[in-house]
Amino acid sequence: MAFLVIRRNTIDLLLELIKKEIKVRYKNSYLGYLWSVANPLATAIVFYFVFKTIMRIDVPHYDLFLVTGLFVWQWIANSFLLGTMLFVGNAGLIKKVRFERRLLAVAMIFSEGFNFFFSIPVIVAFMLYYGLSPSVNWIIGIPLLFAITALFIYGWGLLLGSVNLFFRDMERIIGIILMLMFYATPVFYPVDQIPAGYAFLLDWNPFTSYVLMWRELFLNGSFHMEYMIKAAAFSLLFFVAGTLTYNRLKSKFAELL
Amino acid sequence: MIRVRFDNVSKSYSLINTGGIKTFLFNLLKQIKSYKNNKFVALENISFSIFDGEVVGIIGRNGAGKSTTLALIAGVLAPSSGTVEVHGRIAPLLELGAGFHPELTGRENIILNGILLGMTKKEIMSKLEDIIVFSELGEFVDQPIRMYSSGMLARLGFSVAIQVDPEILLIDEVLSVGDHAFSRKSEQAIYEFKQKKTTIILVSHSAESVRKLCDKVIWIENHRVRMMGDAETVLRHYEESNC
Repeated sequence: MAFLVIRRNTIDLLLELIKKEIKVRYKNSYLGYLWSVANPLATAIVFYFVFKTIMRIDVPHYDLFLVTGLFVWQWIANSFLLGTMLFVGNAGLIKKVRFERRLLAVAMIFSEGFNFFFSIPVIVAFMLYYGLSPSVNWIIGIPLLFAITALFIYGWGLLLGSVNLFFRDMERIIGIILMLMFYATPVFYPVDQIPAGYAFLLDWNPFTSYVLMWRELFLNGSFHMEYMIKAAAFSLLFFVAGTLTYNRLKSKFAELL
Repeated sequence: MIRVRFDNVSKSYSLINTGGIKTFLFNLLKQIKSYKNNKFVALENISFSIFDGEVVGIIGRNGAGKSTTLALIAGVLAPSSGTVEVHGRIAPLLELGAGFHPELTGRENIILNGILLGMTKKEIMSKLEDIIVFSELGEFVDQPIRMYSSGMLARLGFSVAIQVDPEILLIDEVLSVGDHAFSRKSEQAIYEFKQKKTTIILVSHSAESVRKLCDKVIWIENHRVRMMGDAETVLRHYEESNC
């Protein structure tokens, strides 16, 4: 399978595109990467206050529970938003230079993954506060789950990015969908509190598997096979859907920008 | 050896016209159907060949289809029908700041652009100093390029493109940019390419700049090839038709 057509400078190009993304994001900002941690942390404070302090939700270490979900959610949701703008936002490149455009999606995996990676120390800090410590399983678990999640993000990036060129309303739609999905995903509530009639939120919401498999790894240092298999299946599905859509539409990219 | 070959190439663009929510709600099906029919034809049955070492001008009035031809050669657009063959490494001088990012510095853009044009990181790093010297940007090279004037952008783009060591140089009327001294210098660089037998394709509406450089001219009018051949002959007819 020609997943990536390797030209002699493909790796160099990929590295430069990743660097570009990261540099551009933090140019003109003093606190740099702290901003990508600030957002989920602020959300965590709000939810902690509302659900722990006021509603008295019964979840142990609720703040740790929140950050393990929120950082994963933030990573996926940001990638969806960026993915939608993947080709529209790089119009200058696409219109002028011929290159393998899907590399933009690969670069996004790493630039966003970079943010996520640097939010892990924050999770560790919360764990240490509660006297918990990271598990050795993280050494295999983090790269493995990263790969599964990255495939999902890549597929959706190609899908949304390509479709958005033809149907620019996608940008707005995806913002609303993500907001709805955030509440339909067990990010700030535990799975066992979902009423029986709403089990479809667990079975059919792809985001659930990703958030829960990561949380299981972070909190318990273990692998939740069911969610991992489900997530891998969703990843494969959207990888194929994204690749097919991209291949079908890529020849028209330059003329739509 | 053939560098570029167009065989019966046509290119049409679908005109998307969203027409707002009313169209979306009431005429969506019609809209999708019309998307397939509502086309703007930019090129119709164009055929030509450009051989190694030729210096070819593509001439025509605004909207004739010159830039579409160039974009097809650069591989940015795909033809609607017919075949486009290109053999060799292309350096496109398509537009000011093509493929540059405004927030990156001149130096960072040189590296990104060089790699986008097909160089490896190692190659571009070894040429970095030459590029900076040629561009005459001095200390501005470490400023983000959103602060550059259009002349500085042109100098940067030109300096990178000529260092790619192209086999085919595509030029879209950039000869006139930059100040007088730099445009002399860039013309000089292009003549050196000509002497090295690099294939050069220059797109212009001005017979003047084509005459100075090209041996062969393709005249495109109303999306078709009107005339093709030796530069002097074609340019004479072109100028007569414009009077």
